[in-house]
Amino acid sequence: MARTRFPADFGLSSRMVLTMFLLGLLYVVFVAVLVAVLGSQYLPLVLLIAGGFLFFQYFFSDRIALYAMRGQEVSPRQAPELHQMIDRLCALADMPKPRVAIADSDVPNAFATGRDQKHAVVCVTTGILRRLSEPELEAVLSHELSHVAHRDVAVMTLASFLGILAGFVVRAAIYGGAYGGFGRSNDNRDNTGAVILLVVLASAVVYALSFLLTRALSRYRELSADRAGAILIGRPSTLAAALVKVSGEMARIPTRDLRAAEPLNAFFFAPAVAPGFSLSSLFATHPPLQRRLDQLARLEAQLGRQA
Amino acid sequence: MKFLDALLGRSKPKQAKLDALFGVTGAAVTLEVAAGLKPTGQAAVCFKPASGQGFAAASEELRGLLELAVKEAGSTLRIEDDRYGYRWVVLGDPDLEDLVTATHLVNSTLEQHGFGPQLLCSVFAFADAGGLEDGPPVNPGRRRCHLVYLYKRGTFYPFAPLEGERRDNELELQVRATLGSDLPVEPELGRWFALWGIPL
Repeated sequence: MARTRFPADFGLSSRMVLTMFLLGLLYVVFVAVLVAVLGSQYLPLVLLIAGGFLFFQYFFSDRIALYAMRGQEVSPRQAPELHQMIDRLCALADMPKPRVAIADSDVPNAFATGRDQKHAVVCVTTGILRRLSEPELEAVLSHELSHVAHRDVAVMTLASFLGILAGFVVRAAIYGGAYGGFGRSNDNRDNTGAVILLVVLASAVVYALSFLLTRALSRYRELSADRAGAILIGRPSTLAAALVKVSGEMARIPTRDLRAAEPLNAFFFAPAVAPGFSLSSLFATHPPLQRRLDQLARLEAQLGRQA
Repeated sequence: MKFLDALLGRSKPKQAKLDALFGVTGAAVTLEVAAGLKPTGQAAVCFKPASGQGFAAASEELRGLLELAVKEAGSTLRIEDDRYGYRWVVLGDPDLEDLVTATHLVNSTLEQHGFGPQLLCSVFAFADAGGLEDGPPVNPGRRRCHLVYLYKRGTFYPFAPLEGERRDNELELQVRATLGSDLPVEPELGRWFALWGIPL
């Protein structure tokens, strides 16, 4: 009875598991190094600071993000169509309705935040409302609702907080050093200096590695949300169209007749970006557009198959 | 499993629950006795059409089956798309049981083709005993109340639209109290979403 047209994407899941495993391993090693170098008397302090960060980020994520984007919560009276769209998507996906906000910005963007489904907020900018057609907007909303369903804020907060802490340690040590932290004359000065140096070094390495890993994790979560969102509305191509539009790369689909453009071809440059590995793809929070479009095309093909 | 799904960022499409749908015939009796609301002989199934040849084939088959069933039972059939991109199969038949059966035909056909998750809701129209003829209510005093079945939850909720996109909450709560024991009523009021401009 309960058939689905979409087989699970084990490749995506296993890559995500590997990334999370590496992150976990990194953090365990980091804490172990801290304990070994500092001795266990500093451990409660470190954990307290880390816990404080985690608590703050976790419980205030919705307000922080809304404030940063200047999003205003809107009632069903103020934005009836947006609310209706979200109402229906939530009924389709069987999830509680998140709060809805609009940010007054011309940058086409949308985001979802909040630690769980009860505290979730979905925010869209006026720019995206203006640019996208209704089906495309719906596709974007279903992508954002998938982020909520996957509890991405909680997962990414947990994944990144020790990395943030490591970065904090590095920065504190650098400023501390610059403002005379190392200059004090001290009896066991050499020893302390070596210990601090070791902690800073370990933190720097952890920070760099966790940065790369959390970015990788974020890219996988985006792909997951694309996938779930496209399956929810049953129209992968609509989400692809919205992505292309939002990415400001509408130029990729030429509107001009090929024959008319041909004489001019000699003046066009080949695309400067070579396909394959590049440094920027390691640092990005979102996967390259092409990869997202490829995934959506595969889903569309799965939909096309006859039963 | 829910934790693991969240961790892996995969949400499975929610399958539709159909068990409670047939309870609507029994509930209609209660509604008429206790609240004076009668079925208007109209019902609709709403789903989100998917793209691709697979869904087109399913739609084609569904249309054929529906036309056949409608001809046999002597009811009417209308298929409309609303402005939010959802498709409504609107059925008209004075017999509520025939309506529920026809509604179920839509569900089962979609499900067989693997499109069960596309189902949004079913709506059964009820109104005051004032005028029971088809079509929009003529006298403004006539109360309308739809019974909406949420496929993903397996629950019903009342939706009583008034003029100017307002809801008659009093009537809705009264209906909820009436139906309490007959049907699984959606307990979270936040999920009683409004359906404006539906072709019913």
